[in-house]
Amino acid sequence: MLTFTIRRLVLSVPTLLFIALVIFLLLQLAPGDPMAEVPLTVPPEVKQKMREALGLGQPIHVQFWKWMVQIFWVEPQVLIDYLTNRSALFGWLPDTNFYVPCGSDPQGACDLRVISWQTRSPVMDIVIQRLPQTLWVVGMAYVVGILIAIPIGIYSAYRQYSVFDQAGTFITMIGFSIPPFFTGPLLIVIFSVQLGWLPFIYDTSHRVEDWDSFVFQLRQMLMPVMVLALQTTAQISRFMRAAMLDNLNQDYVRTARAKGLSEAIVVMIHVLRNSMIPVVTVIALGLPAIFGGAIITEVVFSVNGIGQLLITALFANDLPMVQTLTFMFAVLIVLFNLIADILYGLLDPRIRYD
Amino acid sequence: MTDPTPNIPLNALQEPTITRPARSQWRDVWDQFKHHKGALLGGGFLIFITFAVIFGDLIWQLDPKKLDIRNKDVRPIYTVIWDSDAEVGWANPLGTDNLGRDQLAQVIAGGRASMAVGWAAMLLTMLIGTTIGVLSGFFKRLDGPLMRFTDLVLSLPILPLLLVAVTLFRQPLRSNFGPEMGMFILIVGVISVTSWMQAARIVRGDILALKEREFILAARAAGTTSRGIIFRHLLPNVLSPLMVSATLGLATAIITESALSFLGVGFPSDFPTWGKMLADAVPRMQEYPERVLLPGMMISLTVLSVNYLGDGLRDALDPRIRGR
Repeated sequence: MLTFTIRRLVLSVPTLLFIALVIFLLLQLAPGDPMAEVPLTVPPEVKQKMREALGLGQPIHVQFWKWMVQIFWVEPQVLIDYLTNRSALFGWLPDTNFYVPCGSDPQGACDLRVISWQTRSPVMDIVIQRLPQTLWVVGMAYVVGILIAIPIGIYSAYRQYSVFDQAGTFITMIGFSIPPFFTGPLLIVIFSVQLGWLPFIYDTSHRVEDWDSFVFQLRQMLMPVMVLALQTTAQISRFMRAAMLDNLNQDYVRTARAKGLSEAIVVMIHVLRNSMIPVVTVIALGLPAIFGGAIITEVVFSVNGIGQLLITALFANDLPMVQTLTFMFAVLIVLFNLIADILYGLLDPRIRYD
Repeated sequence: MTDPTPNIPLNALQEPTITRPARSQWRDVWDQFKHHKGALLGGGFLIFITFAVIFGDLIWQLDPKKLDIRNKDVRPIYTVIWDSDAEVGWANPLGTDNLGRDQLAQVIAGGRASMAVGWAAMLLTMLIGTTIGVLSGFFKRLDGPLMRFTDLVLSLPILPLLLVAVTLFRQPLRSNFGPEMGMFILIVGVISVTSWMQAARIVRGDILALKEREFILAARAAGTTSRGIIFRHLLPNVLSPLMVSATLGLATAIITESALSFLGVGFPSDFPTWGKMLADAVPRMQEYPERVLLPGMMISLTVLSVNYLGDGLRDALDPRIRGR
């Protein structure tokens, strides 16, 4: 198991390098000019100087190398400093100061952090600002979706072809078929416009302090969470149902029944534990999508999370931001693929990778 | 059941089906398929919507791009049922938008674009997926590199890259092929390049299993070339899983195209697609909710019918389930 983990970790390095190269080259082809927004009255030689200040004049391999250093060396240092100094999770660790900004100006010319062209501040700082909104809405939706999906999956497998199963299949089909850019406006039309129950713009500056503000937070989260949870439910409940059906016909289930165990114990303990193995890995595979945010849902409900950050950066030709965000998603996908594989091996003793 | 030779003992043990005429595989598939109500309905609706968007403009001849500013914001005709003061007219049974363009004509034209993108992207996806799957399943030397490549593409973040690619290549393709054709090529290409991996994996798995079977050995012994084996013996046998995967591909392609249009990176603004109609209607959905509902329902119903069709096909094409 350990050898497998180490081998996969080593293998993921060239994978990530390849992905970084693909993203970088794709964005280098971009015809969009970050100077497009600069007024026409600015003389061309000044524009040229501004381009060089953004690091655009250098040859491509130098730019790629610089970006690699920023991503793999400078930003992790900043992240570790942040975690040990300020975050709640790792704040108990001794403070580290790996990253030393050169000069008094934290965004000076020799500073090596990835700087956004839109805001002229480090990309990672903006990401850390935006991450809570995305994690709250998208993460909550994922949890809610799983909590709804697992009972549905269990019951529709246990009563296969029953009315409940048929209804569950239909709802799953709907969850697969109706895109979020339709369910979002549909919910807004019904619950905000016609009934007036829920706000349809997510207020990010809202702070939860007492009961009333907590209720307000719940109300504003309800619609985006439901839109996203419908899709999660559709996928996970299908998997759960299929896994349960696979296990319900196995010999060990008959043995368990034959030795007189109650139906509840047979289904909820014997069958469920075995059926959860593939479902847990599927859940792990879906986790990177949470950090990536849900671009469309965030746009529909004006949640200013990561997905919305990506699309505004894309329209503003903010290449460092787009590059870094896309690469971050890729790292998470590779990481969670690895975690899913390891989990599968750990949970199922029949699987041996070596 | 009436056996002509009664002197054979134990004739009850003989297979009763032997006396039936030989049935083709597709006849069996159809017999199973027609028991799936959802799949039948889905297939019927898909055929209906395809014909409606192809031939609809012969029946409803209004130009979807024609601006008629005097007749802007006409409500659909059924609004009269609950609001007798609403501005409606039989000239525009589904109403008009804020520039006076007829909604029915727009739905037909938009559907044509969405369906064309969906079908083309699905076919291209299947072509790429099958090619890579067959190559890596059949030729052992190519298997390692091609499957590593598939894994790499699978770990790319698809939607961000899709958005990046569309915004990047929009300009050159538009100037080469015209705004509409360029965008069509771009969207179809980008969707296929990012979604062939599942088909490739399915085809590779099936080919690996089929390759070891006796009929392939027999074909090889008879002197069939690799090319002949692939086209005559292997491809017909991977057709069924491929068809199921194709329905999924069609559904995904329609949704992806609409999502791109919704985010504003799709077709040019005067070219109607379902996703663009939906996106245009969202800012004024408080006053005119039907303009969101109409294209949204079209997208959802089409995708739902395709998904049900795929579900029915999967059951019908699986010989283990068939005949139950």
